[in-house]
Amino acid sequence: MSSYRIQGATGEWEVVIGLEVHAQVTSQSKLFSGSATAFGAEPNSQVSLVDAAMPGMLPVPNRECIRQAVRTGMAIEAQINKWSRFDRKNYFYADLPQGYQISQLYHPLVGEGSIEIVLDEKDPENSTKTIGIERIHVEQDAGKLMHDQHPTMSYVDLNRSGVALMEIVSRPDMRSPAEAGAYLSKLRTILRYVGSCDGNMDQGSMRADVNVSVRRPGEEFGTRTETKNVNSVRFVMQTVEHEANRQVDVLESGGTIVQETRLFDPTSGTTRSMRSKEDAHDYRYFPDPDLLPLVLDDAFLEDCRNSLPELPDAKRHRYESELGLSPYNAAVLTADVETARWFELLVAEAATKANKQPADVAKQAANWLTSELFGALNKLGVDLASSPVTPEKGGELLALVADGTISGSIAKQVLEKMLETGDGAAAIVEREGLKQTTDIGAIEAVVDKVLADNADKVEQYKAGKEALFGFFVGQTMKAMQGKANPQVVNELLKQKLG
Amino acid sequence: MTDLTDLGVAAIRDGVASGEFTAVEVAEAFNANVAAAQDALNAFIVATPEKAIEAAQAIDAKRAKGEALGKMGGVPIGMKDLFATRGVQTTAASHMLEGFVPEYESTVSQKLWDAGCGMLGKLNLDQFAMGSSNETSYFGNVINPWKRNDGGNASLAPGGSSGGSSAAVSARLCPAATGTDTGGSIRQPAAFTGITGIKPTYGRCSRWGIVAFASSLDQAGPMARDVTDCAIMLETMAGFDPKDSTSLDRPVPEWEANLSGDLKGKKVGIPREYRMDGMNADIAKSWDDGIAWLKDAGAEVIDISLPHTKYALPAYYIVAPAEASSNLARYDGVRYGLRDLPDGAGLQDMYAATRAAGFGPEVKRRILIGTYVLSAGFYDAYYTQAQKVRTLIARDFQNAFTQVDVILAPTAPSAAFGLGDKSDDPLAMYLNDVFAVPASLAGLPAMSVPAGLDSAGLPLGLQIIGNMFDEQGVLNAGLAIEQRAGFAAKPERWW
Repeated sequence: MSSYRIQGATGEWEVVIGLEVHAQVTSQSKLFSGSATAFGAEPNSQVSLVDAAMPGMLPVPNRECIRQAVRTGMAIEAQINKWSRFDRKNYFYADLPQGYQISQLYHPLVGEGSIEIVLDEKDPENSTKTIGIERIHVEQDAGKLMHDQHPTMSYVDLNRSGVALMEIVSRPDMRSPAEAGAYLSKLRTILRYVGSCDGNMDQGSMRADVNVSVRRPGEEFGTRTETKNVNSVRFVMQTVEHEANRQVDVLESGGTIVQETRLFDPTSGTTRSMRSKEDAHDYRYFPDPDLLPLVLDDAFLEDCRNSLPELPDAKRHRYESELGLSPYNAAVLTADVETARWFELLVAEAATKANKQPADVAKQAANWLTSELFGALNKLGVDLASSPVTPEKGGELLALVADGTISGSIAKQVLEKMLETGDGAAAIVEREGLKQTTDIGAIEAVVDKVLADNADKVEQYKAGKEALFGFFVGQTMKAMQGKANPQVVNELLKQKLG
Repeated sequence: MTDLTDLGVAAIRDGVASGEFTAVEVAEAFNANVAAAQDALNAFIVATPEKAIEAAQAIDAKRAKGEALGKMGGVPIGMKDLFATRGVQTTAASHMLEGFVPEYESTVSQKLWDAGCGMLGKLNLDQFAMGSSNETSYFGNVINPWKRNDGGNASLAPGGSSGGSSAAVSARLCPAATGTDTGGSIRQPAAFTGITGIKPTYGRCSRWGIVAFASSLDQAGPMARDVTDCAIMLETMAGFDPKDSTSLDRPVPEWEANLSGDLKGKKVGIPREYRMDGMNADIAKSWDDGIAWLKDAGAEVIDISLPHTKYALPAYYIVAPAEASSNLARYDGVRYGLRDLPDGAGLQDMYAATRAAGFGPEVKRRILIGTYVLSAGFYDAYYTQAQKVRTLIARDFQNAFTQVDVILAPTAPSAAFGLGDKSDDPLAMYLNDVFAVPASLAGLPAMSVPAGLDSAGLPLGLQIIGNMFDEQGVLNAGLAIEQRAGFAAKPERWW
């Protein structure tokens, strides 16, 4: 249970949050027409007769869009309705050519499911919460108005008109901005794993309507407001925080909350009223008579299920149990499907090159990726997808450490050179002469010199100051420019210090 | 030489194929009739004589080269102005779409052109197919070519909404025409003008490219001089269309080849609920004639009950306007068609002005009814209830078709009425559809065939309703009536 509370002048308030997320379905063509769906095309270049609602045009459902929505439903373990139906939502607006949006009110494609969120990445096992999902239905997107093209007129771009959206409706199960943020992040992770939505919130592929109300802890739900089209995780959290505090202020000063639609202003981080319930449209929903009910057969469902990849929770658990990763590393590496894919290639490559089992190299690989490579890329301002070091090259580097060719500290230098030059690890080690030495005679000579030069410290060590052991190791490694095999150094020092 | 414009589809097709006359001769003859009748009958919104000639020349050229001429090669037809025709104004008889020229061709019209038809022009109709008299057309009403023989010289309604089609076929302006039927819009005008028309099973003809009125009811069909011509033309128009989700994915039967007026072993149902109090005596008599003819053709006649018939009309006038109110929302002045943008108007003002100017009173009435029955708080009482009634009506028919093969009933409650007689009374006008609407709600094939003349010398039609997909049964029963009715009357050419 979340302990997030708003401290009002009259006591504590609890926040109740539900999200309706609109996710654009990844598909080549629109929900009911063959037009393309690419982002950023010339205005009105992706508009068919159907999208423009010319007289006599009819919608034909796109199988791929339905398939993606069903797969998404399966990924959240939801009930898939084998019989569903499309309804018309009627209203007039210049970006809505038909004068209605084809949606699903009465019989959605996907019924109840749930998503598990993690509230503390450092302790994922003990900070989970299940957020209920009420339904997922598919519907058409509208076009876009452009107000900056003419002094007195607005222009309409219908490229988005008819693009398939999934509306994913949560239960009012979230109790803090952090939970709302974690839910949206997790949902995006799942959508990207499934491949049903690219999750690009800055391109509008995913946006959330945020329902917020406040109540005294344990009491009935309060009246909610709905803030429309919030398009980042951070903004959703800001919306919740601002809206909840605003509602508390209203209630504590004796006012009442009006059920209304609000808008989020990203520059000020606040919300403002758009229209109240009294002005709400009567959408006159009714079954679309141009479309037959959608009936899914077992073969179709089977195909959807078989095409699902390993999902983030399952992957996270497998990374812990099979690969021995820490819960934190497992959580970080599975949070994004591309990171997980990269990591798995890295492990496979390192294991093959070092002739070891994946589980034997996975931990090092995870540590190297999350601390070394992420850190280095961060400094360069580059993301993993455009990293000059590929999983193949990373695997080669890890294998060199695993088989004792270079030490961990040398590996850091090698990585820097790899990022600079794009060359392979082995080639750099060879060129720069970085191979570590295991020549016991050579190391012994250096150890002897270090001990002789530091006779006072040897005394202290023998007197019981054992922490100085590391000092001797460091001095030896330094003298050998890091190229001494650390194990050999350790053994020799132990011998000689008795 | 026979007047080519007295010939129907089969005769023209066969005559062109055998070289008895050329397709161009046929097109020229009909073009001349169209031009001569336009002022008097107002059957066409746009005549396209050049299109008819062009198509005919192509057919004649094919014949010269010995190529196949197509199922309707050389037959010029009229196209109801509800079908989108590429490059030719398509208006739905509305001011809203006046001047609208589509860049696409409806599936049904394309099939007709592909089969060798040529287009004589776009036929007048009730605005957006809403009406039973053609008086709601923005382009003036069509005049029925028939006149009463009892001294009254008043202009009569050609029926509606396919009134341009019915008048044109009846007056020999075209051998056949397309119609659409939502609640009787093929059958009632066919009956009013002494021609034959069939509405096939819902889904037989693609709706793609037909301006929508009520999507769950709209069906295209042929209107022609006789049953055979209807069979030929329906075969051409029908067929699965992946662009229409409600299209039937089944092969088109060979209706023409399987035509037979022999009804031995067939059972014909007579629904007792259709015999209403105060039924017009002429209508009752023609129904009895029909029963006798079908018996003569070998059929067994059985009384049946369709108990929910009386709810059909009210249910229809909820469902059809509900769908229409939504289907017509796209006419908003934003992308095509009429735009009325008063000085300083915002978006809402533009909608209001455009739709006030672009729609006629009957269309507005139905949009208002439809909007009302779908509104929050009324939806269940009206729309949901009407859908339940619709299910019950369909069940009535299913039960009936366990006992009988086809059903015989009048097409309309009267012969053609005078223009203006009912235009002030929407309910009286709606009652014209009382016999036609049940088959529409059930999606069943139904046809009107001429049965004779009433006491005023006006044609009357008989309706045959068949089971789902059984157009053949309907056509055969129609043929049996046609063979016995001996209907040879045609309107006198007074124009």
